[in-house]
Amino acid sequence: MALFARTPRAPLEYAKSLWMRGWVLAVMLFLYLPLFVLMAFSFNDSKRNVVWRGFTTKYYAKAWENDQLWDAMLNSLTIAGLATVFSLIIGSMAAVMLWRFRFPLKSAVDGTMSLPIIVPEICLGVAFLVFFSWIGWPSGLPWPFNLTAIVIAHITFCFPFVTMVVRARLATFNREQEEAAKDLGAGEWQAFRDVLVPHIKPALVSGALLAFTLSLDDFVITFFTSTPGTDTFPVLVYSLVKRGVTPDINAASTILIILTVLLTAVALKFQGVKALADAH
Amino acid sequence: MTDSKQPIIQIRNVTKRFGKVAAVDNVSLDIMAGEFFVLLGPSGCGKTTLLRMIAGFEVPTEGQILIDGQDMSRVPPNKRPVNMVFQSYAVFPHMSVADNVAYGLKIAGVGRGEREDRVKEALDLVKLGGFESRMPDQMSGGQRQRVALARSLVMRPKVLLLDEPLSALDAKLRAQMQFELSDLQDEVGITFITVTHDQDEALSMASRIAVINKGEVSQLATPSDLYEFPANRFVADFVGSVNIFEGKLIIDEPDKAAVDCPGLGKVYLNHGVTGPHGADVWVALRPEKMYLHVQGAGKTVEAAAKDAPEGHNFARGVIKGMSYLGDITLFEIQLESGAMIRVSRPNLSRHDQEDFTWDDKVSMHWRADSPVVLLG
Repeated sequence: MALFARTPRAPLEYAKSLWMRGWVLAVMLFLYLPLFVLMAFSFNDSKRNVVWRGFTTKYYAKAWENDQLWDAMLNSLTIAGLATVFSLIIGSMAAVMLWRFRFPLKSAVDGTMSLPIIVPEICLGVAFLVFFSWIGWPSGLPWPFNLTAIVIAHITFCFPFVTMVVRARLATFNREQEEAAKDLGAGEWQAFRDVLVPHIKPALVSGALLAFTLSLDDFVITFFTSTPGTDTFPVLVYSLVKRGVTPDINAASTILIILTVLLTAVALKFQGVKALADAH
Repeated sequence: MTDSKQPIIQIRNVTKRFGKVAAVDNVSLDIMAGEFFVLLGPSGCGKTTLLRMIAGFEVPTEGQILIDGQDMSRVPPNKRPVNMVFQSYAVFPHMSVADNVAYGLKIAGVGRGEREDRVKEALDLVKLGGFESRMPDQMSGGQRQRVALARSLVMRPKVLLLDEPLSALDAKLRAQMQFELSDLQDEVGITFITVTHDQDEALSMASRIAVINKGEVSQLATPSDLYEFPANRFVADFVGSVNIFEGKLIIDEPDKAAVDCPGLGKVYLNHGVTGPHGADVWVALRPEKMYLHVQGAGKTVEAAAKDAPEGHNFARGVIKGMSYLGDITLFEIQLESGAMIRVSRPNLSRHDQEDFTWDDKVSMHWRADSPVVLLG
């Protein structure tokens, strides 16, 4: 009778297992507790930010009035925006090239393309530092031209991700659709614009999102390529933290987190609907 | 049907090689305006390559393709007066039905008003009126195929190319579409060229069929000629079901011939075959061309006094296998020589399938003009 003591559970009914629920909760806490602490302490009424001393929003006002934070945020967003646009263009073009054409040394090109993903960031950072000083890259240019070096560096490590995502999407493309477009009179470019681009659109959206967030929170490479006046948000936070974590940094970080989550949600929603429509 | 009997498509000594393999090997074909032409063959025989060369997606290694008298060698697919319905239909998933059908017209620069009229006309033609704003993912496979058809027909091509148009449909729909495609072709009067591996499809729709084997045209004939007068063993075997026996030609005169087959015995024909005497030949005999009856008494079918009526061939055997298919019953019979032969029998009454059973001794006879003697 012991065999039938419990109602048997279907194999996929994980949610009914207490043990499993506990495990999921533990994983969630492990992943997100630090973020919640950061957010919570942005409302802490204390300069030292170690012990909870009561609720306040004054550090948001303080962060709002901090020109240094604003400048850094503006730098970060400009760099991320430019890096995203260029990564998207270069990355998707590389993906289409690798998918579409056969040419000598293709596998070598393919491998080289993903190198920036594999090479440790610190090496890339040092490499850029050495490279830019070797070619004598001008410094002290007016904004936004002083950001060019950082933008170039960011494009280098962002576009392979775009290529990866777009190639995955291209693999599901039915070549007959392109042929159908040509059969109906479309030239090479028209077929590309009317059939291929709509197909890879979801990948372009997620590739752009990926590039944007990668660029936005990059510290190592930016640190090595930044010059006075080009501090990005992560670099600024790093330099401020050396003097102690103040709640206004928490406040600024919280806003950044919320912005990123919102952006991702919007992109996912857009992409989700499109991906469903494009499934066939 | 156009009255001018000038070929709309001329394929002249076309060869297509992929590396060292010749997918299409020195093929010459003339396809007339208004024909429903079918390229029939097993997968990998080169029929699709041939179709794609007409569409312009493949370039012949050698030879020429002329459409309406014009050499197409240097004409890209988007400039050819032909349109194609792809095997996967290739309906654009991000466009509505109307946008799909209008796509080619838009590229061609047809004005909005005319475009809308022609789209409506084309959709009505394929019975998709009212589906204009549907998205392709809200449609069944059969409906998407109609969209692809309308999208091609709206361009008013000289030739419509169809790549395995019915292969993705279920059996009932396939039968229905066979009729609809034939009607459609009649209605629009455009030349249709279809590629298929399905002989039923080919026989039911085609005005002429080219059977392709290993990149070459095995036989070019009307459906009934192809079935009743196959030119070689490949065609006889590929189109329909057939019994083939090897033998030697022992009599060959203008009004009679005989082949001695070790498997089937002596087979007599009431016409000459004009082959070299004593040559190795093959006798092809379709399962439905034979009459089946029991040798002795004691069965529901009356025993025949003789094996066969005057002037008929006959053979004897034992039923080793039966499969009841509803409209017909298929028998596997072991002949006295030990060879197997297939005989089909229509179930004319509702109890016909009970007439024979396993291990019955039977004899079968067939007319002297039923077998086909094949020299190759």
